[in-house]
Amino acid sequence: MLAAQHITYAINGKKLLDDVTVTFLPGKLNLIIGPNGAGKSTLIRVLSDQIRPQSGTVHFGDRNVRDISRQELARMRSVLSQSIELAFPLKVSEVVMMGRYPHFTSRPRPLDEAICWEAIDFFDLTGLVDRNYLTLSGGERQRVNFARVLAQIWDAQPGSCRYLVLDEPLTFLDVHYQFHFMQKLIELLKGQDLVVLGVVHDLNLAARFSDQTILIYQGKVLADGHPQEVLTRENILTAYHLEPVFYTEEDATYLFFK
Amino acid sequence: MKGSKQYAGTFPILLALLILGTLSGIRFGAVQISLEEMFSALQNQFLSPETMPLNERIFMEIRLPRAILCLLVGASLAVGGVLMQALFRNPIVEPGLVGTSSGAAFGSALYFVLGATFQFNAGEWTLPLAACGGALLATFMVFSLSQSKQSGKSAITTLLLMGIAVNALFLSGVGFLSYLARDPQARSITFWNLGTLSGANWHSVLIVGISTLVCVVLALRYAKSLNALMMGEEEAGFLGIDIGRLKLYVLLINVIMVAIATAFVGVIGFVGLIVPHLLRILNGSDNRFLILNSVLLGGLLLTAADLMARLLLRPAELPIGIVTSVVGVPVFIFLLRRKDYFF
Repeated sequence: MLAAQHITYAINGKKLLDDVTVTFLPGKLNLIIGPNGAGKSTLIRVLSDQIRPQSGTVHFGDRNVRDISRQELARMRSVLSQSIELAFPLKVSEVVMMGRYPHFTSRPRPLDEAICWEAIDFFDLTGLVDRNYLTLSGGERQRVNFARVLAQIWDAQPGSCRYLVLDEPLTFLDVHYQFHFMQKLIELLKGQDLVVLGVVHDLNLAARFSDQTILIYQGKVLADGHPQEVLTRENILTAYHLEPVFYTEEDATYLFFK
Repeated sequence: MKGSKQYAGTFPILLALLILGTLSGIRFGAVQISLEEMFSALQNQFLSPETMPLNERIFMEIRLPRAILCLLVGASLAVGGVLMQALFRNPIVEPGLVGTSSGAAFGSALYFVLGATFQFNAGEWTLPLAACGGALLATFMVFSLSQSKQSGKSAITTLLLMGIAVNALFLSGVGFLSYLARDPQARSITFWNLGTLSGANWHSVLIVGISTLVCVVLALRYAKSLNALMMGEEEAGFLGIDIGRLKLYVLLINVIMVAIATAFVGVIGFVGLIVPHLLRILNGSDNRFLILNSVLLGGLLLTAADLMARLLLRPAELPIGIVTSVVGVPVFIFLLRRKDYFF
């Protein structure tokens, strides 16, 4: 379980996060939505311990994040960002192996190599292992990075959950890849010790795939719960200033805007 | 993964070439020294050092320390290049970027022009000390001026630009001192700025040797973290790396290694730039292999350059910096224009 309690974070007197309390449960897909500048990225940065809030606490399981060392945190929490440029050419296999860096000192153990291959297999990257990362397409690159962050938290840590933080990972991907990623995530969530939380922009993705949707607006949690409870006409109107149109087919609801 | 097997071939080949290059470097020159003379000199060194023939003494006191210094300086510059390129995430960065070489040049120019006036004299150590002091001063300036409250992404860019500014400042200082200088002093400044290994002796070998050995071993410890830095500071942070500490230590390693090497041999360009490039094309960008192989290839290239510098105008000697630039620039342009090499 990942829990943030009463998080307040301000820069130059402007509160980017104002008393935010959220809890993310393992085995569930938790997606954060909200308009630009609402504080989604700031919340993600607080949750992944990149910035320290002025007040409030973040707990990984029952441990305060401040009591967890950088190295230890890296063994149980990985972060997938939107697009990663490499400064130098590297092979796909080398990029995936970076995910194992927190787990070995100088040379990868056989376990690390085995995990990399499993992650490569899981994302159907076997044909690309010897390719130069810089020659890949955007979708292929993101698959490689997904394999890398998954390799980072592949093996369960005794007595602790594994945490996967998604920082707008789908922004530059087409619809096919967006769905492909969501399906992979749901497959991963069968492991009950995995906590997945992420920021997405597409409300329909949140509506369709998430178990818990958190709508952030002006640094506060506007709504939190099942996507159908969160994505109401009033909430969308407040947060996005757009009039939504709901269309239901075969029990699934789709969102459009006037 | 399969990586380590694929890399395995380069190291022994480079090592063999390096041994061959070093032996030729010792053998050829204004005076030829045969293999028999080398062996007998090594024996005589312990048995009867006073009665050594001239050729054997040339080998023991000139050629051998010079060959070893070549290896050490080449290794220092090349590893410095790997470290700086990895740290700045930029393939066209040189080890002298943070002010180290221009500071050393300024320190030595100051010594050549004003040394007599200042009455500062530490014997044969005066010049290396002045150069090292200049290098540390310039580097310290770059760092203290780039410290700002802004942290994170912009810090490296600020450092890079501050390096360019401070380099310009110290090079104009060198220019001013050359302008003031009388003819023989001005020639010394020019000569030193072009680099030369003619001052090699066992003292310099010992000092550069210790600094190179210690710094390379330390550099290897940070190779993995530097790999992660290829993805950017934020991503490296997610892998549990303390970026602030990494930057500080890697810069320190580079400055110490390059300042000490430069202090004894002057400014030698392009080795630190092209060695990492060549190795990346051969072997990929894993810094662990880059550092190890740079030790060998850096030493090899500098040995070859030194041999050319001594043979081309025999018995006179060319400054080695001219050779490395004349050879290095076309290689560098060729590398930049390769289509399959990405920036």
